[in-house]
Amino acid sequence: MSETKKFLYVNRKAPYGTIYALESLEVVLIGAAFEQDVALAFIDDGVYQLTQGQDTTGIGVKNFSPTYKALGDFDVNKIYIEKESLEARGLTLDDLMPLKYEDEDDDWAEKDSIHVVSSEELSEIMDQSDVVLSF
Amino acid sequence: MAMLHTVNKSPTDRNTLESCIRLAKKGGSVLLIEDGVYGAIKGAAKADTVSNAMSGLSFYVLGPDLKARGISEDKIIDGIKVVDYNGFVDLVSEHDTTQSWL
Repeated sequence: MSETKKFLYVNRKAPYGTIYALESLEVVLIGAAFEQDVALAFIDDGVYQLTQGQDTTGIGVKNFSPTYKALGDFDVNKIYIEKESLEARGLTLDDLMPLKYEDEDDDWAEKDSIHVVSSEELSEIMDQSDVVLSF
Repeated sequence: MAMLHTVNKSPTDRNTLESCIRLAKKGGSVLLIEDGVYGAIKGAAKADTVSNAMSGLSFYVLGPDLKARGISEDKIIDGIKVVDYNGFVDLVSEHDTTQSWL
């Protein structure tokens, strides 16, 4: 029973207004322990989850954005951002946190986890997933 | 009767901001709070709606909610004033009534 499935977590909500973003992140981290093939997609308002420089001291809520940077250590290193969603929100890749991982098959070279993809490419990624979990 | 409108939803998730702008009377104010602050970002799809509404409405955005979401003040649409919690209280007291759009 060691069949590996391709999991895709689809994130479509902004980080602090609802609990979806934090819940998704927790499920991803729990799921990472089961050694499945995990990928994350950030579309629509989900792209706001990865903005750089989040500082929640003024609103009395935990800033969970640093946790995304730990995903690489849990072998979660396929992070897809829909280009169209970024553009519609006046954002570019530079507005997002750089997320990296160390590639064990390439002498632990540091590589980018984030891939900005078009709607068309993302639709293909979704289509090829065995399990899609939507938040 | 100047009214203060607060909007707490992202304009790309709900149509709250658009309805507020459509129905708010001239001379009133709109304060963007919580996920509503995403409506203040320059170059976003709904930014023109906000800019065009500025001829009749004053726009404000809550600073702590911007900071929490990693939106720096230089990304804010020109003409929107950033206020802190004390500024929020001042706005409420300066207006006759408040409508909290949800």
